[in-house]
Amino acid sequence: MNRSRSRYWSYIPLVLLAIFYLIPMYIMVVTGLKGGDEISIKEMWQLPRTLNLDNFILAYQKLSPYLWNSLNVVLPAAIISSLLGSLNGFVLAKWKFKGADVIFPLILFGMFIPYQSVLIPLVQFMNTIGLYGGLPGLVLVHIIYGIPITTLTFRNYYASIPNELLEAAKIDGAGMLGIYKDILLPISIPSFVVVLIWQFTQAWNDFLFSVVLTSPKNWTVTVALNNISGGQIVPWNLQMAGSLLAALPTLLVYIFLGRYFLRGMMAGSLKG
Amino acid sequence: MRNNKEKWLSFLLVFPSIAAVGIFVYGFIGWTTRVSFSAWRGMIPDYTFVKFKNYVDLFVDNLRFQIDIRNTLMFTSIFVFGTLILGLITALLLDQGLKGEGFFRSLYIFPMAISYIVTGVVWRWLMNPAQGSRMSGLNLLFHTLGLDFLNSSYTATPVWGMAFIAIPAIWQLSGYTMAMYLAGLRAIPDELREAARVDGASEFEIFRFIIMPLLRPVTLSAMIILGHMSLKTFDLVIAVAGKQLPLDMPSINMWQTTFDAHLYGSGAAISILLLISTAVLIIPYLFYSLRKEGQS
Repeated sequence: MNRSRSRYWSYIPLVLLAIFYLIPMYIMVVTGLKGGDEISIKEMWQLPRTLNLDNFILAYQKLSPYLWNSLNVVLPAAIISSLLGSLNGFVLAKWKFKGADVIFPLILFGMFIPYQSVLIPLVQFMNTIGLYGGLPGLVLVHIIYGIPITTLTFRNYYASIPNELLEAAKIDGAGMLGIYKDILLPISIPSFVVVLIWQFTQAWNDFLFSVVLTSPKNWTVTVALNNISGGQIVPWNLQMAGSLLAALPTLLVYIFLGRYFLRGMMAGSLKG
Repeated sequence: MRNNKEKWLSFLLVFPSIAAVGIFVYGFIGWTTRVSFSAWRGMIPDYTFVKFKNYVDLFVDNLRFQIDIRNTLMFTSIFVFGTLILGLITALLLDQGLKGEGFFRSLYIFPMAISYIVTGVVWRWLMNPAQGSRMSGLNLLFHTLGLDFLNSSYTATPVWGMAFIAIPAIWQLSGYTMAMYLAGLRAIPDELREAARVDGASEFEIFRFIIMPLLRPVTLSAMIILGHMSLKTFDLVIAVAGKQLPLDMPSINMWQTTFDAHLYGSGAAISILLLISTAVLIIPYLFYSLRKEGQS
């Protein structure tokens, strides 16, 4: 009796915490919707008197080339690194070659390194092969540094598939590629969703690679946003509207595919 | 015979990935290490071997790097501790089977989906240290609510400024620890708590002597993951604070030393130290996780 009553007290901290998590969202939305005449800093916490979409239109005009740059980098990078991860995961879980168990942790380590420790050679290398400054180079980088986590997620998933399933197919005369294509690939769709949205989010939110490897016209949206919000030049209601635009794609993914997002998040701590 | 051929084929399938990771991770780390032992400064590579000079220079008479170390320690301890505590509290609150649990859970995790840059830009406005008639952000909110004692200079606070950058970081990642703790709590069988209750244990005793010890592995994993993230913190600090010396981090120092000041040898040395400090955390964790997996 006592216990069940005390449970309802829990709503007080839960709601207070919810407010804490929502404050930045509130400020972004409310400020973004305000017109130029009511952006006085004194009134920053008040709701807008009229709904005004001008800031969002203006922010979109300013950021749209960079939003498209991000999309053009993120989509191919997420798709290709997921496909590679699936192949690697299959081999490392079900078709091990000699040394596979040594290779796997070596690949995994790649997702934990501070990327500063590869930046100097990366810039030199990209310069040498002529990919420095452009988007294809950034795609390549996201694919390669995405391999560890995509491989991990798929390997853990394939490892949970009973070997009997594969043995049965082998007896029926299926080869390695046949087993991968006809048996494992069709049941990997949920894992593909997990990995795709995780890679999408990671690459969309990346700042370091983009700021080091791209020239100004190829900036991704995080770099562009950081540059327009550095000072007083861009009015702050525009900065808030721009921040919301930059956050929107990954937020939408989270809102609609949250369950898969969570699984990707847990995979990152090796807790498949 | 056929089997053998497929063994080769399987290796060929993963070879592109192995080669890519081999070059872009290990090859490049080796290359950076070589640069860190070189006299390279300026635009043109110079691989003259200078032994540990770049490293020694960082520790002797380099004020900026000392600030980096201090800031890293301050930021890491507050960020890791705050994220663990907040994650644990939210997980415990949500683990009671309350109505609306799913809603609160999703709400607490959503910051994970946002980039550090967006988080940083918004929190920079929230943590505006201006006072008096120019007061804004959280200070203004506190003032309006009559909570003036919470008024703060945030990142402009002398000595402790870095601690305030941990606030947006905690905001962003506490949902992640909450999810880890929730998974841990769900794995504890109800019978265990029931048995303790029958034996007359109070709810606090159950938490202290049964739940907490069972959550220890989760805490350890979370500490390692958060710890290594915090060593690498880069975008968030840039977006909140720009590039200010009192709020510098090794990751930012490396970036500016290398690509703005063109002191490649020194920049490489910073990045290798950063790598070593993360590796010390991550390598044992990797081995432990994989061995445990092999046993189960």
